[in-house]
Amino acid sequence: MSEHEQYADDLVLYALDALRGENRARVDAHLATCAACRLELEQLRGDTSLLALSAAGPRPPQRARQRLLDAVAREASEVPTFAQQTRKDGAALPRDLHASVRSWWGWMGWAATVAVVVFALSLWRENSALQQSLMSLSSQAAKNARELEELRRIAAPILGPETQRVTLVSTKAAPQPQGKAFYLRNRNSLVFLANNMPALPPRKAYELWLIPVSGAPIPAGTFKPDAHGSASVVNPVLPAAIEAKAFAITMEDETGATAPTMPILMMGAGE
Amino acid sequence: MTGLKSGDQGAMAALYDRYSSVVYAVALRVLGDTGAAEDVLQEVFLQLWRKPTAFDAARGSLGSWLAVITRNRAIDSLRKRRRETDIEDVVLSVAPDLAGDADRARTAEKVRGVMGTMIAAQRSALEMAYWEGMSHSEIADKTGEPLGTVKTRIRSGLIALRKAFQS
Repeated sequence: MSEHEQYADDLVLYALDALRGENRARVDAHLATCAACRLELEQLRGDTSLLALSAAGPRPPQRARQRLLDAVAREASEVPTFAQQTRKDGAALPRDLHASVRSWWGWMGWAATVAVVVFALSLWRENSALQQSLMSLSSQAAKNARELEELRRIAAPILGPETQRVTLVSTKAAPQPQGKAFYLRNRNSLVFLANNMPALPPRKAYELWLIPVSGAPIPAGTFKPDAHGSASVVNPVLPAAIEAKAFAITMEDETGATAPTMPILMMGAGE
Repeated sequence: MTGLKSGDQGAMAALYDRYSSVVYAVALRVLGDTGAAEDVLQEVFLQLWRKPTAFDAARGSLGSWLAVITRNRAIDSLRKRRRETDIEDVVLSVAPDLAGDADRARTAEKVRGVMGTMIAAQRSALEMAYWEGMSHSEIADKTGEPLGTVKTRIRSGLIALRKAFQS
């Protein structure tokens, strides 16, 4: 683990589910490529489960059991499980249809044999096509992985703490807060960079919002600027493939909010 | 779990009877409110019903996994923050299988024993992080200790627990 020591504290936070925003995204990226750290995370979660299991208390009230079982029954009746669906489909064949199927097999056996051969041939063709698709998808996945690695390679030095950040502005104007969002909707990927951000009051954070074309603003990560007013958010958790009309920034409690608190401090639409 | 995967409501009831006391105890310890703890209890078991494949029996026991999921959900509720971890992403290992009350009581006693051997500041940091969901920096602010010290205390506390159960 020595080469992964830099992640040791973050893995503990991750196991405690206390790592959020860009720090979480950074560890996620490392975990995706590091089996040793994944194993350490699983072990740390195992350790935390021991703490959880030390909790003692009364049994839940009986009404909680009934409430759960009622909800389960309700869900089961609304959305049948795969197994139930399969059973229903089988039972749905009427009795006379079963009889006619048996009769058909009785004196049309040779035709069934031909049909099976034809079916097998079509399956073989379909299998070949699927194998080709699979190879194509594998190739695409490898290409995507290479592109992602290339993006990481490019982004890592830009986002690193040792990076010198320089913003050029008019010599007559005071530096203004500025944010740049790079959003790839089909990949659910968002990188946000900010500079000249004013310092925050204690226990406050800036929160980035994705403003969809329709619907409520979606939280896209909290951040706190460093001593130079710079900050970044990398790949926050977002719903899939949301079209963004704009991005906005508000100030919230540092734990983040589910709806923006007015006023909106910064906002920008697509370029 | 096999019954659950085939949509057997009786299997769900049996799992509830076996593990609800663990789930409720964890939720109540975090939230300190019976109504809120019941809500988390309901949410955790409904998620298991909806997504039984999220639990991988090859990695850890169901009781331990449910305890971790419950603690995370309860902390999200306590701190009014949105969820960032899906249940299928929570994989844990090296946890004892605790199907019965007697197993759980023995484990709880052993954990309390290990916690009792820690210095007060370490025990307190670990409890604030785990049961209150406080970040390292929040704990450092509260206790006035350096951030690095807090991090070390929490990590070494967890490792001490691990070693106690490995020996």
